Amino acid sequence: MSTPPNAGPVRVAGYGLIDRSEPLRFSFDGVEYGGCRGDTVASALLANGVRLMGRSFKYHRPRGVLTAGAEEPNALVTVIEDGQQTPNVRATVQELFGGLRVASQNRWPSLSLDLMAVNDLAAPFLAAGFYYKTFMWPRAFWEKLYEPLIRRAAGLGRLSGRHDDAPYEKAYAFCDLLVIGAGPAGLMAALAAGRAGADVVLAEEDSRMGGRLLSEQPVVGGRPGPEWAETVLAELATMPNVRLMPRTTVTGAYDHGTFGALERVGLHLAETGPLPRECFWRIVAKRAILAAGALERPVAFPDNDRPGVMLASAALAYLNRWGVLAGRRIAVFANNDGARATARALQAAGAEVMLIDSRPNASALEDFRVWRGAQVTGTRGRLGLREITLTDSAGSVTLEVDCLAVSGGWNPTLHLACHMNGRPEWDAALAAFVPRPDMVPGLEAAGAARGLFDTAACLADGLRAAREALADLGLKPAALEAPETADQPYAIEPLWAVPGRGRAWLDLANDVTVKDVKLAAAENFRSVEHMKRYTTQGMAPDQGRNSNVAALAVLADATGRGIPETGTTTFRPPYSPVSIAAMGAGGRAEGFQPQRLMTSHQASVARHAPMIEAGLWYRPSYFPLPGEATWRDACDREVAMVRGSVGVCDVSTLGKIDIQGPDAARFLDFVYTNTFSTLPVGRVRYGLMLREDGHVMDDGTTARLGETHYLMTTTTAAAGQVMRHLDFVRQAHCADWDVALISVTEQWAQFAVAGPKARDLLNTMLDEPLTGDFPFMGCGPLRLMGVEARLFRISFSGELGYEIAVPARYGAALFRDLCARAETFGGGPYGLEALNVLRIEKGFVTHAEIHGRVTAFDIGMARMIAAGKDCIGKAAAARPGLSGAEREQLVGLKPASPQTPVSAGAHLFAAADPAVRKHSQGYVTSACWSPTLGSWLGLGFLRNGRARTGEMVRMVDHLRGAEMLCEVCHPVFHDPEGGKMRG
Amino acid sequence: MRLSCPLCGTRDRREYTYFGSDDYLNRPAPDAPPQAWDDHLHNRDNPAGRTRDLWYHDPCGTWLAVTRDTVTHAVHGVDPVMPVSGRGGA
Repeated sequence: MSTPPNAGPVRVAGYGLIDRSEPLRFSFDGVEYGGCRGDTVASALLANGVRLMGRSFKYHRPRGVLTAGAEEPNALVTVIEDGQQTPNVRATVQELFGGLRVASQNRWPSLSLDLMAVNDLAAPFLAAGFYYKTFMWPRAFWEKLYEPLIRRAAGLGRLSGRHDDAPYEKAYAFCDLLVIGAGPAGLMAALAAGRAGADVVLAEEDSRMGGRLLSEQPVVGGRPGPEWAETVLAELATMPNVRLMPRTTVTGAYDHGTFGALERVGLHLAETGPLPRECFWRIVAKRAILAAGALERPVAFPDNDRPGVMLASAALAYLNRWGVLAGRRIAVFANNDGARATARALQAAGAEVMLIDSRPNASALEDFRVWRGAQVTGTRGRLGLREITLTDSAGSVTLEVDCLAVSGGWNPTLHLACHMNGRPEWDAALAAFVPRPDMVPGLEAAGAARGLFDTAACLADGLRAAREALADLGLKPAALEAPETADQPYAIEPLWAVPGRGRAWLDLANDVTVKDVKLAAAENFRSVEHMKRYTTQGMAPDQGRNSNVAALAVLADATGRGIPETGTTTFRPPYSPVSIAAMGAGGRAEGFQPQRLMTSHQASVARHAPMIEAGLWYRPSYFPLPGEATWRDACDREVAMVRGSVGVCDVSTLGKIDIQGPDAARFLDFVYTNTFSTLPVGRVRYGLMLREDGHVMDDGTTARLGETHYLMTTTTAAAGQVMRHLDFVRQAHCADWDVALISVTEQWAQFAVAGPKARDLLNTMLDEPLTGDFPFMGCGPLRLMGVEARLFRISFSGELGYEIAVPARYGAALFRDLCARAETFGGGPYGLEALNVLRIEKGFVTHAEIHGRVTAFDIGMARMIAAGKDCIGKAAAARPGLSGAEREQLVGLKPASPQTPVSAGAHLFAAADPAVRKHSQGYVTSACWSPTLGSWLGLGFLRNGRARTGEMVRMVDHLRGAEMLCEVCHPVFHDPEGGKMRG
Repeated sequence: MRLSCPLCGTRDRREYTYFGSDDYLNRPAPDAPPQAWDDHLHNRDNPAGRTRDLWYHDPCGTWLAVTRDTVTHAVHGVDPVMPVSGRGGA
């Protein structure tokens, strides 16, 4: 290794918030290491002297940890479980547990010997825009050759390729005040609001709340920062109106106080038990305080990406939070005052420290060597930092160091404030963007997120923001003062990039250099949005959190504009990567598509009926009997059964809408094309419903149960749409009518009993037997074994038919009973396939025909639009072009050779025309083998079809390669006079 | 996005179905000229700013006219298309 034994990071005594009494074992790339409860993978690896944690995205450069938080661009690892792996986990976020296994990514064959690093040698040819320029020709090579090669060489971790069946959860929360971030400002705000009685959610990305109080450990109220934080948290924990949410990243700000948040629930545990891995929250808050702090930013100097180069704040956090000294000889390179405290703390912990301050007029009064007006102009060390070169007015010096802590200043973490398209404001004194007020309605930034980088100011500002929110909420603030703390002055002179030989990295996560950004500007990608897309800067998992401001500063310089004119790219959710599994939690299988089951479901399954989807419903396809080889065998038998004896079918999926009131009849006259006010009580009528644009919406039967009481049925598919439509017509156009409607689809189980023996079957179970006097299209109440039921004499099969409805709780029993009784007549249950054959034989339409583009004229029902009244769709249906000989009209189709299948979806052509699109004269909508007629049958639409009865047309199905001649006929094939169902 | 149903209270937009401009409330007379029907059925403005459109609150079946701003996403008012007093029949 490149690091001498007495160099590199090391755990030091007396520091850190880890539990040293609980040692843990974990492995990295198969090597076992020790760590402590409270460690992250990054802190534990550093404590073991491991600096090299990953390889870069494009050039496979050796990389170490840059930060101590969720913004980490380099140290992305894969967490390995049995049979599963989670890639691109930030080592700075993943908490240590016993037995944790992690592996490095994007290297082959190993992290220290990565042969893909050959890319780095080719770097001069791999600059920004390289792909666009190089792989343009020949065109076909891109997909087949170049892209697969590039994808293999570049990249992040890989998925296991297996189904992720781990549990994820989603949840909703509501509060008066959402406080985002639990540092000094956030804790102060939550305390003030909690004491005032507000419902507070305090969300913190870190596993432990306290923010910089933990990493910088300033003295607050006379006590160490972590201690003060613990006291506040202990009080908050006792408040029933406060919910503390550690490990929760607020990922997006949305309209009307809605926030997305990702909670890591079980990812830090060896045994999760019933806990989900992650939970995606939707938090609705009346007010929100953004106290997300600030992120330190690096400086781009030549070869600034070696393991051992990290942010000054990270070096301080590793010391104070995890007791890890990032090196024995540490150089701190800064352009601001903030890093001085860090240098002093590192020295106090035992490191040999030197400070390189880029500002010529900075103070030199420290207990360690200070170079003023100096810059780091180079580094060395193949797999880890060994020495740096610094240059000042006197010349260049080489220093042996094992850690370089860099501070280029701080950027307020203002992302959420910009999620609703607000643009931040440039603060020249801070050399940073700060949020403007009201960028997100109801959200107020406080503390470092607002550009206040001093702990005392943060505490006071958290209190201020809480008081403002409480005033908005109409709550009285409790008496509370911000505790005393020392001032930490912050002064900065911008330094973005240091010139020199060697590549100066801006975006470590996507391998973008200062030179790349300058190249973009030179090639006229001068807009910040263009530069971003051309160089890919800011497009990695860290979304440019470490590089955006520096990159646009370099761009501003290269284009001769100021930073405010250059502006930022657009901030979009999510702030941190969110796993799709968490966002889609609960959305698998039935969670994605709930199942609606009929009361007969179990009985159908018990009869081995394959259940098929009809919308959300499941309906039996057919009921196979022993010896039946195919579905057709069962279907043909069921059709013959209905035509010959009796069949039973659950039709409960049809929509049922109960309509009552003195104006119910008038209302139906308005929504149906035909008239229902003239329907006698105890009768049923078929109704046709149009959309306002004149096309058919739905059809069905409506029964008049009483003078002011109707029951409408809709098709299964359109039940929801029709309900919504009726609600609209009633509320928008009939507001002063006295009529009420409600869906009763779920309340009634309804069964069709169809066939010549239907009446005989029902009479075996009715309290009072039916006679022929119960007329076709009649309806009425009846008692069925003591249960109040409804009987409708309607038929969708063309046979003598009834539908009997009982309250849904009796449905299962009635279906079993009906099937058993039907079997004694040589009948039985029939499924959707037979139902479809029966209705095609009768020429009844379904949504295969009334598919949204047909008019009443097209299906031969123009006369159903009653003359003497207005109805929805009537005016539009009368428009030119919606009727006439040019329209494709509903016809029946019989193949010239009866045994040749008609195929649904096939197109129809005049016999002499070539079968190409411009000659298409129509299409087939439904097709079946009719056991009744011993022939294939089809329904379809044919131009001027009704006038062409008897003509032979050519049916061509290009998809299935079928072609034949069909005779155009009337769509009702079976019993066209209707004697069977009326008899 | 959240909308306030006058009957149920403020709810997430997942409970609502969007339907388009409230122009659709102004149904022409049955004998209105074809242009009036064409406008009613097909022609809609697409304003950047204040707009009024129709939403259906699925759980309670109430049609709502929502006044909102397509630029700021602010919701200025939610009114049932049928006055609440006229609801429910006898």
